[in-house]
Amino acid sequence: MAGFPQSIPFFTKSPIMLTIDNLHATVADKPILKGLSLTINAGEIHAIMGPNGAGKSTLGYTLGGRPGYEVTGGSVTFDGQDLLALEPHERAAAGLFLGFQYPVEIPGVSMVQFLRESLNAQRKGRGEEPLSGGAFLKLAREQAGLLKLDADMLKRPVNVGFSGGEKKRAEMVQMGILDPKLAILDETDSGLDIDALKVCGEGINAIMRRPDKAVLLITHYQRLLDYVKPDFVHVLAGGRIVRSGGADLALELEQQGYEGVLA
Amino acid sequence: MTALPTRHDEAWRYADFAALATVWPVAQQAIVVDAGESAAHTLVLTGAGTEVRDLAITLGEGAHLSLHVLNAARGYGRVAVRVALARGAQFHFGAAQVAGADHRVEIVTEVVHTAPDAISRQIVRQVMAGRATGNYLGRVVVDRGAVGTDGEQSIRAMLLDRGASANARPELEIYADDVKCAHGCAIGELDKDGLFYLASRGLPPAAAKALMLQAFLAEAFAGADDEERLTTAALAALEDLL
Repeated sequence: MAGFPQSIPFFTKSPIMLTIDNLHATVADKPILKGLSLTINAGEIHAIMGPNGAGKSTLGYTLGGRPGYEVTGGSVTFDGQDLLALEPHERAAAGLFLGFQYPVEIPGVSMVQFLRESLNAQRKGRGEEPLSGGAFLKLAREQAGLLKLDADMLKRPVNVGFSGGEKKRAEMVQMGILDPKLAILDETDSGLDIDALKVCGEGINAIMRRPDKAVLLITHYQRLLDYVKPDFVHVLAGGRIVRSGGADLALELEQQGYEGVLA
Repeated sequence: MTALPTRHDEAWRYADFAALATVWPVAQQAIVVDAGESAAHTLVLTGAGTEVRDLAITLGEGAHLSLHVLNAARGYGRVAVRVALARGAQFHFGAAQVAGADHRVEIVTEVVHTAPDAISRQIVRQVMAGRATGNYLGRVVVDRGAVGTDGEQSIRAMLLDRGASANARPELEIYADDVKCAHGCAIGELDKDGLFYLASRGLPPAAAKALMLQAFLAEAFAGADDEERLTTAALAALEDLL
Protein backbone atom coordinates (compact mmCIF):
# COMPACT_ATOMS: atom_id res chain seq x y z
CA MET A 1 0.00 0.00 0.00
CA ALA A 2 3.00 2.27 0.49
CA GLY A 3 3.95 4.82 -2.08
CA PHE A 4 0.53 6.26 -2.76
CA PRO A 5 0.17 9.81 -1.51
CA GLN A 6 -3.00 10.16 0.51
CA SER A 7 -5.40 12.53 -1.13
CA ILE A 8 -6.83 15.26 1.04
CA PRO A 9 -10.54 14.68 1.58
CA PHE A 10 -12.41 17.07 -0.64
CA PHE A 11 -15.49 18.00 1.27
CA THR A 12 -16.62 20.78 3.49
CA LYS A 13 -16.61 19.73 7.09
CA SER A 14 -20.10 18.84 8.10
CA PRO A 15 -21.04 19.12 11.74
CA ILE A 16 -23.17 15.99 11.39
CA MET A 17 -21.38 12.92 12.80
CA LEU A 18 -24.11 10.29 12.71
CA THR A 19 -27.51 10.14 11.08
CA ILE A 20 -29.73 7.20 11.85
CA ASP A 21 -32.83 7.28 9.68
CA ASN A 22 -35.83 5.02 10.26
CA LEU A 23 -33.65 2.08 11.32
CA HIS A 24 -35.26 -1.33 11.57
CA ALA A 25 -33.33 -4.33 12.87
CA THR A 26 -34.11 -7.88 13.87
CA VAL A 27 -32.37 -10.39 16.10
CA ALA A 28 -33.18 -14.03 15.34
CA ASP A 29 -36.01 -12.79 13.08
CA LYS A 30 -37.56 -10.85 15.97
CA PRO A 31 -38.01 -7.14 15.20
CA ILE A 32 -36.25 -5.08 17.90
CA LEU A 33 -35.57 -1.69 16.33
CA LYS A 34 -38.72 -0.36 14.67
CA GLY A 35 -38.03 2.91 12.93
CA LEU A 36 -35.37 4.55 15.07
CA SER A 37 -34.15 7.97 13.94
CA LEU A 38 -31.42 10.05 15.57
CA THR A 39 -28.92 12.69 14.51
CA ILE A 40 -25.70 13.36 16.40
CA ASN A 41 -23.49 16.33 15.59
CA ALA A 42 -19.78 16.61 16.25
CA GLY A 43 -19.11 17.99 19.72
CA GLU A 44 -22.28 16.51 21.22
CA ILE A 45 -22.91 13.92 23.87
CA HIS A 46 -26.20 12.05 23.62
CA ALA A 47 -27.65 9.67 26.16
CA ILE A 48 -30.13 6.97 25.31
CA MET A 49 -32.15 5.70 28.20
CA GLY A 50 -34.97 3.25 28.30
CA PRO A 51 -36.54 0.33 30.07
CA ASN A 52 -35.24 -3.22 29.79
CA GLY A 53 -35.92 -4.78 26.42
CA ALA A 54 -36.38 -1.43 24.68
CA GLY A 55 -33.60 -2.20 22.19
CA LYS A 56 -30.75 -0.18 23.71
CA SER A 57 -28.06 -2.82 23.39
CA THR A 58 -29.43 -3.90 20.01
CA LEU A 59 -28.87 -0.35 18.80
CA GLY A 60 -25.22 -0.48 19.90
CA TYR A 61 -24.57 -3.89 18.37
CA THR A 62 -26.37 -3.00 15.14
CA LEU A 63 -24.25 0.13 14.73
CA GLY A 64 -21.15 -1.94 15.51
CA GLY A 65 -22.11 -4.56 12.91
CA ARG A 66 -22.38 -7.59 15.14
CA PRO A 67 -23.29 -10.76 13.24
CA GLY A 68 -26.86 -11.81 13.98
CA TYR A 69 -28.15 -8.24 14.18
CA GLU A 70 -29.84 -7.83 10.85
CA VAL A 71 -30.83 -4.47 9.44
CA THR A 72 -34.16 -4.79 7.65
CA GLY A 73 -34.76 -1.13 6.84
CA GLY A 74 -33.49 2.41 7.11
CA SER A 75 -30.01 3.87 6.82
CA VAL A 76 -27.08 4.99 8.95
CA THR A 77 -24.61 7.59 7.76
CA PHE A 78 -21.42 8.01 9.76
CA ASP A 79 -19.08 10.87 8.93
CA GLY A 80 -20.38 10.93 5.36
CA GLN A 81 -20.14 7.15 4.82
CA ASP A 82 -22.80 4.45 4.61
CA LEU A 83 -22.00 2.77 7.92
CA LEU A 84 -24.09 -0.31 7.23
CA ALA A 85 -22.04 -1.14 4.13
CA LEU A 86 -18.88 -1.50 6.23
CA GLU A 87 -17.55 -4.60 8.00
CA PRO A 88 -17.11 -4.27 11.78
CA HIS A 89 -13.34 -3.71 11.53
CA GLU A 90 -13.88 -1.10 8.80
CA ARG A 91 -16.33 0.73 11.06
CA ALA A 92 -13.61 0.86 13.70
CA ALA A 93 -11.08 2.19 11.19
CA ALA A 94 -13.64 4.81 10.13
CA GLY A 95 -13.63 6.05 13.74
CA LEU A 96 -16.40 4.16 15.51
CA PHE A 97 -15.77 2.69 18.96
CA LEU A 98 -18.19 0.34 20.67
CA GLY A 99 -17.81 0.06 24.43
CA PHE A 100 -19.18 -3.30 25.56
CA GLN A 101 -21.53 -3.86 28.44
CA TYR A 102 -19.83 -7.22 28.93
CA PRO A 103 -16.26 -6.99 27.61
CA VAL A 104 -15.20 -10.38 26.22
CA GLU A 105 -12.38 -12.38 27.82
CA ILE A 106 -9.80 -13.72 25.39
CA PRO A 107 -7.39 -16.13 27.09
CA GLY A 108 -3.82 -16.18 25.86
CA VAL A 109 -3.96 -12.89 23.96
CA SER A 110 -2.26 -10.05 25.80
CA MET A 111 -4.02 -6.70 25.99
CA VAL A 112 -0.93 -4.92 24.66
CA GLN A 113 -0.56 -7.15 21.63
CA PHE A 114 -4.28 -7.01 20.88
CA LEU A 115 -4.47 -3.22 21.14
CA ARG A 116 -1.29 -2.58 19.20
CA GLU A 117 -2.42 -4.87 16.38
CA SER A 118 -5.87 -3.29 16.43
CA LEU A 119 -4.54 0.26 16.34
CA ASN A 120 -2.10 -0.53 13.57
CA ALA A 121 -4.79 -2.35 11.57
CA GLN A 122 -6.94 0.79 11.87
CA ARG A 123 -4.03 3.01 10.86
CA LYS A 124 -3.32 0.78 7.88
CA GLY A 125 -7.00 0.98 6.90
CA ARG A 126 -6.65 4.78 6.92
CA GLY A 127 -3.39 4.71 4.99
CA GLU A 128 -1.28 5.75 7.98
CA GLU A 129 2.08 4.39 9.11
CA PRO A 130 2.04 1.82 11.94
CA LEU A 131 2.98 2.99 15.42
CA SER A 132 6.31 1.60 16.71
CA GLY A 133 6.39 -0.63 19.79
CA GLY A 134 7.92 2.11 21.92
CA ALA A 135 5.49 4.80 20.82
CA PHE A 136 2.58 2.44 21.39
CA LEU A 137 3.67 1.54 24.92
CA LYS A 138 4.05 5.21 25.80
CA LEU A 139 0.52 5.90 24.54
CA ALA A 140 -0.87 2.86 26.36
CA ARG A 141 0.75 3.89 29.66
CA GLU A 142 -0.59 7.43 29.33
CA GLN A 143 -4.12 6.22 28.72
CA ALA A 144 -3.98 3.64 31.49
CA GLY A 145 -2.79 6.38 33.85
CA LEU A 146 -5.71 8.57 32.86
CA LEU A 147 -8.13 5.80 33.86
CA LYS A 148 -6.10 4.92 36.98
CA LEU A 149 -5.58 1.40 35.65
CA ASP A 150 -2.31 -0.29 36.58
CA ALA A 151 -0.32 -0.35 33.32
CA ASP A 152 0.87 -3.87 34.19
CA MET A 153 -2.69 -5.07 33.63
CA LEU A 154 -2.18 -4.40 29.94
CA LYS A 155 0.34 -7.24 29.85
CA ARG A 156 -2.34 -9.67 30.97
CA PRO A 157 -4.67 -11.60 28.66
CA VAL A 158 -7.57 -9.52 27.37
CA ASN A 159 -10.06 -9.00 30.22
CA VAL A 160 -9.15 -12.35 31.81
CA GLY A 161 -9.32 -12.14 35.60
CA PHE A 162 -10.29 -8.45 35.50
CA SER A 163 -12.94 -7.37 37.98
CA GLY A 164 -16.13 -5.82 36.61
CA GLY A 165 -14.77 -2.34 37.29
CA GLU A 166 -11.38 -3.11 35.76
CA LYS A 167 -13.04 -4.40 32.61
CA LYS A 168 -14.96 -1.15 32.17
CA ARG A 169 -11.91 0.97 32.88
CA ALA A 170 -9.95 -1.15 30.41
CA GLU A 171 -12.65 -0.42 27.83
CA MET A 172 -12.06 3.30 28.39
CA VAL A 173 -8.29 2.79 28.10
CA GLN A 174 -8.90 1.07 24.77
CA MET A 175 -11.03 4.01 23.70
CA GLY A 176 -8.25 6.41 24.67
CA ILE A 177 -5.68 4.46 22.70
CA LEU A 178 -7.83 3.99 19.61
CA ASP A 179 -8.96 7.65 19.67
CA PRO A 180 -12.31 7.26 17.84
CA LYS A 181 -14.51 10.01 16.40
CA LEU A 182 -17.69 8.49 17.80
CA ALA A 183 -17.98 6.31 20.88
CA ILE A 184 -21.09 4.24 21.51
CA LEU A 185 -20.86 3.19 25.13
CA ASP A 186 -23.23 0.43 26.16
CA GLU A 187 -23.95 0.51 29.89
CA THR A 188 -20.42 1.55 30.75
CA ASP A 189 -21.72 2.38 34.22
CA SER A 190 -23.02 -1.12 35.03
CA GLY A 191 -20.90 -3.00 37.53
CA LEU A 192 -19.02 0.11 38.67
CA ASP A 193 -18.68 1.30 42.24
CA ILE A 194 -18.91 5.03 42.94
CA ASP A 195 -15.19 5.72 42.63
CA ALA A 196 -14.83 3.75 39.41
CA LEU A 197 -17.91 5.47 38.01
CA LYS A 198 -16.26 8.85 38.60
CA VAL A 199 -12.98 7.71 37.02
CA CYS A 200 -14.78 6.35 33.96
CA GLY A 201 -16.93 9.46 33.66
CA GLU A 202 -13.88 11.71 33.82
CA GLY A 203 -12.13 9.45 31.32
CA ILE A 204 -14.99 9.81 28.85
CA ASN A 205 -14.87 13.60 29.22
CA ALA A 206 -11.09 13.76 28.82
CA ILE A 207 -11.00 11.52 25.77
CA MET A 208 -14.22 12.36 23.95
CA ARG A 209 -15.45 15.82 24.98
CA ARG A 210 -13.99 17.61 21.94
CA PRO A 211 -15.49 19.66 19.13
CA ASP A 212 -14.59 16.96 16.56
CA LYS A 213 -15.88 13.96 18.53
CA ALA A 214 -19.21 12.68 19.75
CA VAL A 215 -20.56 10.15 22.24
CA LEU A 216 -23.69 8.05 22.41
CA LEU A 217 -24.16 6.81 25.97
CA ILE A 218 -26.53 3.91 26.45
CA THR A 219 -27.56 3.71 30.05
CA HIS A 220 -30.25 2.64 32.46
CA TYR A 221 -29.49 5.18 35.13
CA GLN A 222 -28.93 8.84 35.65
CA ARG A 223 -25.81 8.36 37.78
CA LEU A 224 -23.19 8.29 34.97
CA LEU A 225 -24.78 11.45 33.62
CA ASP A 226 -23.75 13.26 36.80
CA TYR A 227 -20.18 12.99 35.52
CA VAL A 228 -20.75 13.05 31.77
CA LYS A 229 -23.26 15.83 31.14
CA PRO A 230 -25.28 14.96 28.06
CA ASP A 231 -26.38 17.63 25.61
CA PHE A 232 -29.39 15.52 24.66
CA VAL A 233 -31.27 12.72 26.32
CA HIS A 234 -33.51 10.33 24.38
CA VAL A 235 -35.93 7.75 25.64
CA LEU A 236 -35.95 4.50 23.70
CA ALA A 237 -39.02 2.33 24.06
CA GLY A 238 -40.44 -0.33 21.79
CA GLY A 239 -37.57 0.05 19.33
CA ARG A 240 -38.02 3.78 18.69
CA ILE A 241 -37.05 7.10 20.22
CA VAL A 242 -40.26 8.19 21.90
CA ARG A 243 -39.05 11.33 23.60
CA SER A 244 -36.05 13.65 23.42
CA GLY A 245 -34.94 16.48 25.60
CA GLY A 246 -32.03 18.06 27.40
CA ALA A 247 -30.09 16.83 30.42
CA ASP A 248 -33.07 17.52 32.67
CA LEU A 249 -35.06 14.76 30.97
CA ALA A 250 -32.74 12.23 32.65
CA LEU A 251 -33.56 13.72 36.04
CA GLU A 252 -37.24 13.61 35.26
CA LEU A 253 -36.89 9.93 34.34
CA GLU A 254 -35.00 9.23 37.53
CA GLN A 255 -37.81 10.76 39.59
CA GLN A 256 -40.84 9.53 37.72
CA GLY A 257 -39.62 6.30 36.14
CA TYR A 258 -40.10 5.37 32.52
CA GLU A 259 -43.77 4.66 33.01
CA GLY A 260 -44.39 8.10 34.47
CA VAL A 261 -42.55 9.91 31.69
CA LEU A 262 -43.98 7.82 28.88
CA ALA A 263 -47.55 7.93 30.15
CA MET B 1 7.80 -54.72 10.84
CA THR B 2 8.17 -54.58 7.10
CA ALA B 3 4.63 -55.30 5.97
CA LEU B 4 2.48 -52.20 5.60
CA PRO B 5 0.09 -51.91 8.55
CA THR B 6 -3.64 -52.01 7.96
CA ARG B 7 -6.62 -50.05 9.25
CA HIS B 8 -7.36 -52.91 11.64
CA ASP B 9 -4.29 -51.94 13.61
CA GLU B 10 -5.64 -49.38 16.10
CA ALA B 11 -2.61 -47.11 15.92
CA TRP B 12 -3.08 -46.82 12.16
CA ARG B 13 -6.83 -46.58 11.83
CA TYR B 14 -6.82 -43.01 10.45
CA ALA B 15 -3.57 -43.30 8.47
CA ASP B 16 -3.22 -42.39 4.81
CA PHE B 17 -2.04 -45.73 3.46
CA ALA B 18 -1.43 -44.59 -0.09
CA ALA B 19 0.94 -41.92 1.20
CA LEU B 20 2.44 -44.26 3.75
CA ALA B 21 3.32 -46.81 1.07
CA THR B 22 5.60 -44.24 -0.59
CA VAL B 23 7.88 -44.04 2.46
CA TRP B 24 7.47 -47.49 3.98
CA PRO B 25 9.30 -48.99 5.85
CA VAL B 26 10.00 -46.16 8.28
CA ALA B 27 13.13 -46.40 10.41
CA GLN B 28 12.56 -46.04 14.12
CA GLN B 29 14.56 -43.37 15.92
CA ALA B 30 15.66 -44.30 19.42
CA ILE B 31 16.05 -41.70 22.15
CA VAL B 32 17.48 -42.72 25.49
CA VAL B 33 17.71 -40.39 28.45
CA ASP B 34 19.83 -41.96 31.17
CA ALA B 35 18.92 -41.98 34.85
CA GLY B 36 18.98 -38.52 36.36
CA GLU B 37 19.61 -36.80 33.01
CA SER B 38 17.46 -34.14 31.30
CA ALA B 39 16.92 -33.67 27.59
CA ALA B 40 14.77 -31.67 25.19
CA HIS B 41 13.82 -32.50 21.62
CA THR B 42 11.92 -30.56 19.02
CA LEU B 43 10.38 -31.92 15.87
CA VAL B 44 8.99 -29.64 13.16
CA LEU B 45 7.21 -31.09 10.13
CA THR B 46 6.27 -28.48 7.55
CA GLY B 47 7.26 -30.08 4.27
CA ALA B 48 5.07 -31.04 1.34
CA GLY B 49 4.42 -34.69 0.58
CA THR B 50 4.71 -37.42 3.16
CA GLU B 51 6.67 -37.25 6.40
CA VAL B 52 6.46 -40.08 8.90
CA ARG B 53 8.45 -40.19 12.15
CA ASP B 54 8.63 -43.00 14.65
CA LEU B 55 10.29 -42.33 18.00
CA ALA B 56 11.07 -44.96 20.64
CA ILE B 57 12.00 -43.23 23.87
CA THR B 58 13.40 -44.74 27.03
CA LEU B 59 13.60 -42.66 30.18
CA GLY B 60 15.78 -43.94 33.02
CA GLU B 61 15.09 -43.42 36.71
CA GLY B 62 14.42 -39.76 37.43
CA ALA B 63 15.18 -38.80 33.81
CA HIS B 64 13.35 -35.81 32.27
CA LEU B 65 12.44 -35.34 28.65
CA SER B 66 10.50 -32.53 27.10
CA LEU B 67 9.42 -33.19 23.55
CA HIS B 68 7.74 -30.56 21.38
CA VAL B 69 6.22 -31.21 17.99
CA LEU B 70 4.78 -28.98 15.32
CA ASN B 71 3.09 -31.12 12.70
CA ALA B 72 2.07 -28.85 9.85
CA ALA B 73 2.95 -31.24 7.06
CA ARG B 74 1.45 -30.25 3.73
CA GLY B 75 0.44 -33.72 2.64
CA TYR B 76 0.54 -36.58 5.13
CA GLY B 77 2.44 -36.05 8.37
CA ARG B 78 2.59 -38.60 11.13
CA VAL B 79 4.51 -38.58 14.38
CA ALA B 80 4.42 -41.75 16.48
CA VAL B 81 5.97 -41.68 19.92
CA ARG B 82 6.42 -44.59 22.27
CA VAL B 83 7.82 -43.75 25.68
CA ALA B 84 8.77 -46.03 28.56
CA LEU B 85 9.20 -44.29 31.90
CA ALA B 86 11.25 -45.76 34.74
CA ARG B 87 10.76 -44.80 38.39
CA GLY B 88 10.35 -41.07 38.94
CA ALA B 89 10.88 -40.19 35.27
CA GLN B 90 9.09 -37.21 33.70
CA PHE B 91 7.83 -36.86 30.17
CA HIS B 92 6.46 -33.54 28.94
CA PHE B 93 4.92 -33.56 25.49
CA GLY B 94 3.57 -30.44 23.80
CA ALA B 95 2.34 -30.74 20.26
CA ALA B 96 0.45 -28.65 17.75
CA GLN B 97 -1.01 -29.80 14.47
CA VAL B 98 -1.99 -27.25 11.85
CA ALA B 99 -3.40 -28.31 8.50
CA GLY B 100 -5.57 -27.12 5.65
CA ALA B 101 -6.56 -28.21 2.13
CA ASP B 102 -6.94 -32.01 2.09
CA HIS B 103 -3.88 -32.63 4.24
CA ARG B 104 -3.83 -35.25 6.95
CA VAL B 105 -1.75 -34.97 10.09
CA GLU B 106 -1.58 -37.29 13.04
CA ILE B 107 0.10 -37.89 16.33
CA VAL B 108 0.06 -41.28 17.97
CA THR B 109 1.50 -41.68 21.44
CA GLU B 110 1.92 -44.59 23.77
CA VAL B 111 3.23 -43.61 27.17
CA VAL B 112 4.07 -46.54 29.42
CA HIS B 113 4.62 -45.98 33.11
CA THR B 114 6.68 -49.09 33.95
CA ALA B 115 7.60 -48.17 37.52
CA PRO B 116 6.30 -46.02 40.40
CA ASP B 117 6.12 -42.25 40.67
CA ALA B 118 6.66 -41.26 37.06
CA ILE B 119 4.91 -38.20 35.58
CA SER B 120 3.64 -37.72 32.04
CA ARG B 121 2.01 -34.58 30.62
CA GLN B 122 0.63 -34.36 27.12
CA ILE B 123 -0.82 -31.18 25.62
CA VAL B 124 -2.02 -31.39 22.05
CA ARG B 125 -3.63 -28.50 20.15
CA GLN B 126 -4.97 -28.86 16.63
CA VAL B 127 -6.21 -26.30 14.11
CA MET B 128 -7.85 -27.80 11.05
CA ALA B 129 -9.12 -25.89 8.03
CA GLY B 130 -10.42 -26.72 4.57
CA ARG B 131 -10.96 -30.47 4.30
CA ALA B 132 -7.99 -31.35 6.48
CA THR B 133 -8.00 -34.07 9.13
CA GLY B 134 -6.07 -34.01 12.38
CA ASN B 135 -5.80 -37.11 14.53
CA TYR B 136 -4.53 -37.77 17.99
CA LEU B 137 -4.46 -41.27 19.39
CA GLY B 138 -2.92 -41.30 22.81
CA ARG B 139 -2.65 -44.27 25.08
CA VAL B 140 -1.33 -44.12 28.62
CA VAL B 141 -0.43 -47.48 30.11
CA VAL B 142 0.24 -47.92 33.81
CA ASP B 143 1.97 -51.23 34.45
CA ARG B 144 1.31 -53.41 37.45
CA GLY B 145 3.18 -51.93 40.39
CA ALA B 146 3.59 -48.46 38.89
CA VAL B 147 1.93 -46.84 41.88
CA GLY B 148 2.08 -43.09 42.31
CA THR B 149 1.80 -42.59 38.56
CA ASP B 150 0.65 -39.11 37.52
CA GLY B 151 -0.53 -38.91 33.92
CA GLU B 152 -2.36 -36.10 32.18
CA GLN B 153 -3.63 -35.58 28.65
CA SER B 154 -5.15 -32.31 27.44
CA ILE B 155 -6.39 -32.52 23.90
CA ARG B 156 -8.17 -29.69 22.09
CA ALA B 157 -9.00 -28.99 18.48
CA MET B 158 -10.39 -26.00 16.59
CA LEU B 159 -12.20 -26.53 13.32
CA LEU B 160 -12.17 -23.49 11.05
CA ASP B 161 -14.27 -24.86 8.21
CA ARG B 162 -17.23 -27.19 7.86
CA GLY B 163 -15.22 -29.74 5.89
CA ALA B 164 -12.39 -30.02 8.42
CA SER B 165 -12.28 -32.81 10.96
CA ALA B 166 -10.42 -33.80 14.08
CA ASN B 167 -10.27 -37.17 15.77
CA ALA B 168 -9.11 -37.33 19.34
CA ARG B 169 -8.89 -40.51 21.32
CA PRO B 170 -7.20 -40.43 24.69
CA GLU B 171 -7.03 -43.89 26.20
CA LEU B 172 -6.04 -45.22 29.61
CA GLU B 173 -4.90 -48.72 30.44
CA ILE B 174 -4.29 -49.02 34.15
CA TYR B 175 -3.03 -52.12 35.99
CA ALA B 176 -2.02 -50.46 39.26
CA ASP B 177 -3.83 -48.92 42.21
CA ASP B 178 -3.11 -45.48 43.62
CA VAL B 179 -2.53 -43.71 40.32
CA LYS B 180 -3.69 -40.32 39.07
CA CYS B 181 -4.60 -40.17 35.41
CA ALA B 182 -6.62 -37.34 33.90
CA HIS B 183 -7.67 -36.58 30.39
CA GLY B 184 -9.60 -33.76 28.83
CA CYS B 185 -10.68 -33.54 25.26
CA ALA B 186 -12.59 -30.88 23.32
CA ILE B 187 -13.28 -30.07 19.71
CA GLY B 188 -14.82 -26.74 18.85
CA GLU B 189 -14.90 -23.56 16.84
CA LEU B 190 -13.49 -20.10 17.49
CA ASP B 191 -15.55 -18.05 19.93
CA LYS B 192 -17.76 -15.78 17.85
CA ASP B 193 -18.14 -13.20 20.62
CA GLY B 194 -14.37 -12.98 20.87
CA LEU B 195 -14.02 -12.54 17.11
CA PHE B 196 -16.57 -9.72 17.07
CA TYR B 197 -14.88 -8.06 20.02
CA LEU B 198 -11.54 -8.08 18.19
CA ALA B 199 -13.18 -6.89 14.96
CA SER B 200 -14.88 -4.03 16.81
CA ARG B 201 -11.42 -2.77 17.72
CA GLY B 202 -10.31 -2.76 14.11
CA LEU B 203 -8.80 -6.19 13.49
CA PRO B 204 -9.72 -7.66 10.09
CA PRO B 205 -11.23 -11.18 10.32
CA ALA B 206 -8.05 -13.03 9.32
CA ALA B 207 -5.94 -11.10 11.84
CA ALA B 208 -8.52 -11.65 14.58
CA LYS B 209 -8.58 -15.39 13.90
CA ALA B 210 -4.79 -15.57 13.75
CA LEU B 211 -4.49 -13.83 17.12
CA MET B 212 -6.91 -16.21 18.81
CA LEU B 213 -5.41 -19.31 17.19
CA GLN B 214 -1.91 -18.23 18.07
CA ALA B 215 -2.97 -18.03 21.71
CA PHE B 216 -4.63 -21.43 21.42
CA LEU B 217 -1.52 -23.09 19.99
CA ALA B 218 0.79 -21.32 22.41
CA GLU B 219 -0.46 -23.61 25.17
CA ALA B 220 1.33 -26.51 23.48
CA PHE B 221 4.67 -24.74 23.35
CA ALA B 222 4.68 -22.91 26.67
CA GLY B 223 8.02 -23.39 28.38
CA ALA B 224 9.73 -25.11 25.43
CA ASP B 225 13.43 -24.33 24.91
CA ASP B 226 12.54 -23.68 21.29
CA GLU B 227 9.34 -21.79 22.05
CA GLU B 228 10.08 -18.88 19.74
CA ARG B 229 11.06 -21.03 16.77
CA LEU B 230 8.01 -23.28 17.23
CA THR B 231 5.68 -20.30 17.59
CA THR B 232 7.07 -18.61 14.49
CA ALA B 233 6.71 -21.80 12.46
CA ALA B 234 3.17 -22.38 13.77
CA LEU B 235 2.22 -18.82 12.93
CA ALA B 236 3.50 -19.21 9.38
CA ALA B 237 1.43 -22.39 9.02
CA LEU B 238 -1.63 -20.58 10.40
CA GLU B 239 -1.20 -17.71 7.98
CA ASP B 240 -1.36 -20.17 5.10
CA LEU B 241 -4.77 -21.30 6.36
CA LEU B 242 -6.39 -17.90 6.87
